[in-house]
Amino acid sequence: MCDSCGCNITPGNEHLVRAEGKQAISVLQSLMSENDRQALHNRQHFDQHGVLAINLMSSPGSGKTALLEATIEALQDDLRIAVIEGDLETENDAQRIRAKGIPAIQITTGTACHLDAHMVHDALHQLKLADLDIVFIENVGNLVCPASFDLGQHRNITLLSVPEGDDKPAKYPVMFRAADLMLLSKTDLLPVLDDFDCQRAEDYLRKLASTADVLTVSSKTGQGLETWLDWLTNEIKAHHNRLQNGQSLRPAIQPDGARLHKMHPSASQGRSLLLR
Amino acid sequence: MLWQMYRMHELSVCQSMLRQVQELAFENHARTITAINLQIGPLSGVEPQLMNQAFPIASRDSIAANATLVIETMPIRVHCDACNTDSDATMNDLSCRACGNTLTQLIGGDEILLTDIELER
Repeated sequence: MCDSCGCNITPGNEHLVRAEGKQAISVLQSLMSENDRQALHNRQHFDQHGVLAINLMSSPGSGKTALLEATIEALQDDLRIAVIEGDLETENDAQRIRAKGIPAIQITTGTACHLDAHMVHDALHQLKLADLDIVFIENVGNLVCPASFDLGQHRNITLLSVPEGDDKPAKYPVMFRAADLMLLSKTDLLPVLDDFDCQRAEDYLRKLASTADVLTVSSKTGQGLETWLDWLTNEIKAHHNRLQNGQSLRPAIQPDGARLHKMHPSASQGRSLLLR
Repeated sequence: MLWQMYRMHELSVCQSMLRQVQELAFENHARTITAINLQIGPLSGVEPQLMNQAFPIASRDSIAANATLVIETMPIRVHCDACNTDSDATMNDLSCRACGNTLTQLIGGDEILLTDIELER
């Protein structure tokens, strides 16, 4: 075969065609593959110990920490809980959790606008997973970046508080598409902010082809808290069943990397439990 | 301040990309990288324009310092099982344009792929 007329180039080696000393290499790898590898490792850690990991995301000030405080108060006698806190600065949130008698690891990111799998891995190793049932990861308050980073969690919960307005799912589609549960918080303010329509918020979410559950809650008054706690305990039970069948779970959003590895999120029907 | 924070986001994605490229360069005995080709969809959470801004900063003094970054932006496409159609969609409306069903599957638009690189030995 000669090297000058191109007859030795086949469909199999076409992608390695040489031109002026340059060589093209086909890659087809996710830009997130480094993070995804670490996330998979984290997920395996959680699964080895039967721990359910939940990633809580929202704008700053939507009530993530308050929700955790109310949840801990209600469940700490029945469940062994730990929290990984993410903030740019301060230990404020971890201190609030520790005040409830629950272990909390604070990650201060400095300038990073989201948590990633490497940061969570370091925090994980400060926890005794064998002594835990559930780990909450309270992500950096930010509706833009956190959703793109798999941390090794099993479920994503996105909070949307009443003062923020009901059109946020339309304005921040990446974040809301990533949710397994959209939790409408600070519902005690609905009488005062009467232009917030819970159904409209859910409609915007559904237009993102989301089958996420939708609940409402007020950590202050306790509205919706029972339903939220039921959701949580059902998730723990469901996860134990999955683990017994040798399966794990990824959150709703399934990025390219996951598709390439053929991992399947579990099917959910998008229950809406809005009080009308 | 907020803008700077979000450019930092693309900067960390760029740095991760360059580590992948560095590994590939090493495996292929490359002297230099001349091009890096990406496919980025709008639903990936990564902004191509900000990647272009972050790239010179992230790649300085690296093997890809003189590389051209080429980003193909991918269309948002959905598949509808109800009427078996594929249609173009938008960021905040992923409903099927043929029948209106909102329970579609995303088949394009969230890509965040390093497709190929060009190198010189």
